[in-house]
Amino acid sequence: MAKKNDSGSKTEAFEKALAGDQAKRYVLRLYVTGSTPRSARAIRNLRKICEEHLQGRYELEVIDIYQQPELAQDADIVVTPTLVKRLPLPLRKFIGDLSDMEQVLKGMDITVKS
Amino acid sequence: MQQGKQRACEELRLEKSPTGIRGFDEITQGGLPRGRTALVTGGPGTGKTMLAMEFLAKGATEFGEPGVFVSFEETPDELIANSASLGFSLPELCESNRLYMDYVRVERSEIEETGEYDLEGLFIRLSHAINTVGAKRLVLDTIETLFSGLSNAAILRAELRRLFRWLKDKGMTTIVTGERGANSLTREGLEEYVSDCVILMDHRVTEQVSTRRLRVVKYRGTEHGTNEYPFLISDRGFMVLPITSMKLDYAAAEERISSGIPRLDAMLGGKGLYRGSLALVSGTAGTGKTSVATAFADAACRRGERCMYFAFEESAQQVIRNMRSIGLDLGRWVEKGLMKIIGQRPTVHGLEHHLMTMQFMIDDFDPAAVVVDPVTNLTQVGAISEVRATLARLVDHLKSRNITVLFTSLTPGAADEEMTNVGISSLADTWLLLQNLETAGERNRAITILKSRGMAHSNQVREFLLTGKGIDLVDVYIGPEGVLTGSARVSREADEKAREAALRLEIDRLEADRRKRRALLEEQIARLRSEFEGEEKELESRIRLEKLKMETMFQKKKEMGISRKAET
Repeated sequence: MAKKNDSGSKTEAFEKALAGDQAKRYVLRLYVTGSTPRSARAIRNLRKICEEHLQGRYELEVIDIYQQPELAQDADIVVTPTLVKRLPLPLRKFIGDLSDMEQVLKGMDITVKS
Repeated sequence: MQQGKQRACEELRLEKSPTGIRGFDEITQGGLPRGRTALVTGGPGTGKTMLAMEFLAKGATEFGEPGVFVSFEETPDELIANSASLGFSLPELCESNRLYMDYVRVERSEIEETGEYDLEGLFIRLSHAINTVGAKRLVLDTIETLFSGLSNAAILRAELRRLFRWLKDKGMTTIVTGERGANSLTREGLEEYVSDCVILMDHRVTEQVSTRRLRVVKYRGTEHGTNEYPFLISDRGFMVLPITSMKLDYAAAEERISSGIPRLDAMLGGKGLYRGSLALVSGTAGTGKTSVATAFADAACRRGERCMYFAFEESAQQVIRNMRSIGLDLGRWVEKGLMKIIGQRPTVHGLEHHLMTMQFMIDDFDPAAVVVDPVTNLTQVGAISEVRATLARLVDHLKSRNITVLFTSLTPGAADEEMTNVGISSLADTWLLLQNLETAGERNRAITILKSRGMAHSNQVREFLLTGKGIDLVDVYIGPEGVLTGSARVSREADEKAREAALRLEIDRLEADRRKRRALLEEQIARLRSEFEGEEKELESRIRLEKLKMETMFQKKKEMGISRKAET
């Protein structure tokens, strides 16, 4: 899961943001704790959202903080699972297993196609 | 058998983790419960964070136990700045891997709750931090903020319960801080989860002076003091003033030391004060309290002992200058390092703060004698009952260290001198009363010993003279008109002398008279005798003449008879 987060992609994202809602580029990080059912559920839910609504315009990184505990501190993770929406701004955190899809979509500012 | 049982009990006793905080380990008999969680709660600004931080810093530096500080409120930079003012450097501790700081921020406005969650993230961070430095101590400050960041209180409570159990399993000695709620110890009822040790901190302002206090509300398995203990946060860290010796079990010294005034020593059973006792010198303004105090301090230095002098009215320089006028040179003792004069107005801090600072200063200087001049200035900053309790603590502390203490006490002019000092006088072993006696248009100083425990002391009033050469006590004049001092005494003494002289003169005169009369008599006798001698001689010659006549008459008669040759 390579992350493209150089200044070029930021500018690109900014331009796309200007271009309109549909063009927004999403940079997402999901912090989970190993393969607990709750973690698995969160990953499954997030994948579904991305595929359905953000096809082709998202970067997703799933981080197991059991493996990399220092990253939990860097991103200030207290609760697991936590999804961090780094882009588009503002930064937002979604905590829980993301089963409340409506809440996630609203928080991510994604308009659901009817 | 009994002993064996006792030992077994001691082994079973709760193990303690010393905090290294002055006084705190004494009131908790050894510190916080090792491997358990203690709750420190109190209102905002009561010093919870400072207590917790000091616990970690001391653990890292003095007891070889690294620590983790998890802050939910203050950023590491703020903590570093705040702790620097307490005298320890957090960056240094962090670099040497003795301290790990983590800042946990939960901002509700950034968070959407979308389903089930747990606090595993926090657990992982804690465990990472603990493993990084090999921590034995942990602080969570203030974990309650999680409740404002996360809405699902049910999850939080369950998770906190799990967290405290987890910490216990890990054997971490933990401090959890909490903010005091309206009707409970903490807003979110943390005391439910932390049952081993609860410490309540308080910060009160009475009459514009603030005092910090703490109380051990609960300490499972430990006999602890239930009182409120004053504490202070200074540049030397966090300090609690324990009631160390309320038991009154300090040893009583037999040794006697000079009060610095030889005549006073004579009044005090001829030997002076007991070492380690408390002398109270009370009197109204200008009765010479400071002079007595300085003489005492001077005497201590003369013996080569250290003396600490708290001057609440004057600066150190002023004390030295003023006392030079009565022939006491304190400056040389200060230069030699035997005397420390601390000039400070007590109203600057609260009473307890003040007494604690004094106590710690005394502990550091380690003097044999301490002077507080005047102790009544402390009463300006607190209620009398409070002052008495706190002073008692200080005095007991000093006595237990065998320090001889002298307090001066200012009595307001109009009040009854023996009554107003009731607050502190019961603490005193020796109570000297200085008085200004006003007679014949002048004021003169007088000194009396009101009490002196454990010695036969004089009951006399002495006049107290301050001269260029020092302090002197002289007997007062006691006559039919009462006690006289000063020039009244002097004039009375003069009167006395005149009367005596007159009497002497009279005696001399009568004596002379007697002598004269005798001389006169002798003279008369002599004259009479000589007169009589003259008469006697004359009479003797007449007698001789008459005898002669008579002989002649007999002779003639005989011759006539012979011539007649008559009847014979």
